[in-house]
Amino acid sequence: MKSLLIKNGHVVDPANGRDELLDVYIRNGIIKEVGKRVRRKADETLDARGLYVVPGLIDMHAHLREPGREDEETITSGTRAAAAGGFTSVCVMPNTTPVIDSQTGIKYIVTCAQTNGVVNVYPIAAITKNRQGEEINEFGDLITHGAIAFSDDGRPVMNSEIMRRALEYTAMFDVPILDHCEDLNLSEGGMINEGYTSTILGLKGIPSSAESTLVGRDIELAEFTGGRVHICHVSTRPSIELIQLAKHQDIRITAEVTPHHLTLTDETVRLSSFNTNTKVKPPLCSEMDRQSLINALLSGTIDVIATDHAPHTNIEKDKVYTEAPFGLIGLETAVPVLLTDLVNPGIIPFSLMIEKMTISPARILKLDRGTLSVGAVADVTLITPKKRWVISAKRFFSKSANSPFIGKRVKGAVHGTIVGGRLIYLQGKMLV
Amino acid sequence: MKFRHKHLLGIEELSKEEIELILENAVGFKEIFTRTVKKVPTLRGKTVVNLFYEASTRTRTSFELAAKRLSADVINFSVSTSSVQKGESLIDTARTIESMGADFIVMRHPCPGAPHVLSQRIHASMVNAGDGTHEHPTQALLDMFTIKDKKRRFKDLKVAIVGDILHSRVARSNIWALLKLGAKITLVGPRTLVPERFGDLGVRICHNLNEGIKDADVINLLRIQLERQHKNLFPSIREYKLLYGVTEERLQVAKRDVLIMHPGPINRGVEISQEVADGKHSVINEQVTNGVAVRMAVLYLLSGAASS
Repeated sequence: MKSLLIKNGHVVDPANGRDELLDVYIRNGIIKEVGKRVRRKADETLDARGLYVVPGLIDMHAHLREPGREDEETITSGTRAAAAGGFTSVCVMPNTTPVIDSQTGIKYIVTCAQTNGVVNVYPIAAITKNRQGEEINEFGDLITHGAIAFSDDGRPVMNSEIMRRALEYTAMFDVPILDHCEDLNLSEGGMINEGYTSTILGLKGIPSSAESTLVGRDIELAEFTGGRVHICHVSTRPSIELIQLAKHQDIRITAEVTPHHLTLTDETVRLSSFNTNTKVKPPLCSEMDRQSLINALLSGTIDVIATDHAPHTNIEKDKVYTEAPFGLIGLETAVPVLLTDLVNPGIIPFSLMIEKMTISPARILKLDRGTLSVGAVADVTLITPKKRWVISAKRFFSKSANSPFIGKRVKGAVHGTIVGGRLIYLQGKMLV
Repeated sequence: MKFRHKHLLGIEELSKEEIELILENAVGFKEIFTRTVKKVPTLRGKTVVNLFYEASTRTRTSFELAAKRLSADVINFSVSTSSVQKGESLIDTARTIESMGADFIVMRHPCPGAPHVLSQRIHASMVNAGDGTHEHPTQALLDMFTIKDKKRRFKDLKVAIVGDILHSRVARSNIWALLKLGAKITLVGPRTLVPERFGDLGVRICHNLNEGIKDADVINLLRIQLERQHKNLFPSIREYKLLYGVTEERLQVAKRDVLIMHPGPINRGVEISQEVADGKHSVINEQVTNGVAVRMAVLYLLSGAASS
C-alpha cells in the first residue's frame, strides 16, 4: 500500500491535545508519524497549507435506508454522502425494512458495506424485535456479529419494563442503548414544537415534555440497572437539565445533538413558509432551547454531534406539511453549517466541534477511531475554513435532497477525506 | 392606494391599510345587492375554481356567488369525485386545474400552509378559504366589515372571542385583523382550548366567561366540536355549556349594544342559546350577506394586482 505525507496542515486532534501546524505521515493505512517537518519519503505528498487536518469524523446516528428504501438512500450513496461530508465512519440505524434485529440483518449490512461502501459502516441493531417494543433481541449474538449499540430509533420503547430489561441485560456487555425519547401519547398528531410558532401557524404542537419525560424515566432506569443510556438527538432545555443532573450524580448517561437543532428553531418553519424539510423529530425547538443546547455542548453535558441523516425522496417531501414524513439529511451539510453558524462567529471552538464528532463518539461506542495517534487507522478529514459557497441540492451525493439548508450561504467546507490511508474524496470529487 | 398581493393567504401578511382597502371596496360591492341586476362585468372572461378539500356550504357558496356577481366563470371542483380519490397529489391537482386556465383557485384544505405551498408553484391567484387550523382570511374580513358597519370604529373596541381558539382558523385570522385595526381582544375558553402563547401578541386571555365578556362591544362565538371532547380537551358538552354557553342572562354584563357574531354553523343550545342566536344583538345573518361583498372585493383587488 502507498504512503502519504500530509504537509503543513493545521492538525486538530482533541484526543491528543494537538492544535498546531504539523505534518502527518501515513503508510499501509496506519498513521506512522505526526510532527513538525516530517522527513519521510512518500509516494504521494498532499500540501495542506491553509487546511485543518482532523481525525476522520464519526457520525454515530445515520439512516442509510438499505435494505428496503433504496429509493431514498443506499449504502452506496449514503457512504459517498458521508465521505463528501468528511465522515469516515457512520453508524447506521436499524429501522430499515426488514428491521435489523437478527444476525442475518447485521451480516447483510456488514457485507453490503464491504462491497459497496466507501467509508466504515458500523451497524446498530434494534432493541426489540421488529422495533415493536415488546420483546428484546438477542443482544449477545448481535454484538458477536458486529452490532456496536442498540436502538429502536424512530420509536421509543414505551414500555418501561421492557426498557428496564434491555438496560439490565445489555449492561453485561457494556454496550449503550441509543435512546429515542418521545412519549407517543404526548406527541401524537404533533407536527412542530409546541410554542408560539405552533400557536400562530395552527400546526399541532409537540410539547417539550414529550421528550423530557422519557429522558427522565431512562435516567432513572440507567441508575437502577447500571445500563448505559445514550440520549439521541436531544432537543429541549428540560431534557438538558435532567441530563446535567444525572451526570453530576455519576449516572452513566451520554447525549448527542444534531447540527439542525443547534442552528435552527421552530421559527424556521414559519420563515420558510411551511417548507417540509423543516419537519423533523424531535421538532426544531425554541430559541431558548437552542441556546441551552449550545451551552450544554460547551459544558460537556452533550457529548456528541450526530447528524440523524434521514433521507426522504422529493415525492415524499413535496406534500403539504401534515402529510410529509419527518426527517432531513445532514451528512453533507454538518461541517459547513456548524462552521458558519457556530464556529466562525466564535460561539464554539473548532476543536470542540471536532472532539464531539471524533473521539467523543468513538469512546461511547468503543471504536478504535477518532484520533490521529501514531498506530491508529489513518482516517483523516481535511477541512478548508475559508471557502465560501452556497449549499445546493445538485451537489449532494445523497440520493435525497431533503435539507432545510439548501440555499444557505456558508463559509468552510470539507476539502478531502481519507479512509484507511486512502484519499477517497477531494474538492467535490469522489475518487472511488 | 394599490393592492400589492397576488394571493390572499392570510391576514397576518396584510397591513392595516390593505385591510381597510378591502373593506372600503366591499361597501361598493354590497351596494350592488340592492339593485335589480345584481351583477357587474368586472371579472368577465376570468375563471374561478373552487377547490374544497373539506366540507363547506356557506364559504363555497359565498365564493361562488361572489365570482358570479363579478361575471367570472366558476367551476366547483369536487374532491370526493375527483382523481384526488385516486391518490393525485395536491400540487398535481392544482397544476391540472391551472392548465385548464384558472385565474383564481379558491381553496380550503385541512393542512395549515397548503395554499402557501401551492402559491409558490402555480401562476393563478390563490385565495385561502381556510387552511386547517391556521387562517380563514375572508371570514375575518367579513367579520371586520360587519363590525365596522355597526360600530364605525375599531380603536379600543372590546372584542371577546369565545370557544375553541386552539382549533380555530377563524380566531387566528380575527386576532390578526383586530390587532392591526386597534381593537382590544379577549380570548375566552377553557385552558385546554385557549393557547397561552396568544398572550405574546398582547391579547388578553380569560378562562371565566363572565369576566371575559364584561363590557364587551362584540362577542364572536366559535363552534364547539364534539370530537374535541373525545380528545379529552374538555370533559363534556354539558360542562362546556355550563361554563361557556352564552345565554341572555349571561349577556347582561356586556355592553347594552353588544354585537353577537358567529361564523357558523352554530350549535344552538350549546355555545349559544336559541334566544341569543335569534335575538336583537345577533348579526349572524348579516355576516353571511357581507361575506359575498367582501369576497367580491377580494377577487377584484387580487385581479388588479395579478394583471399589473
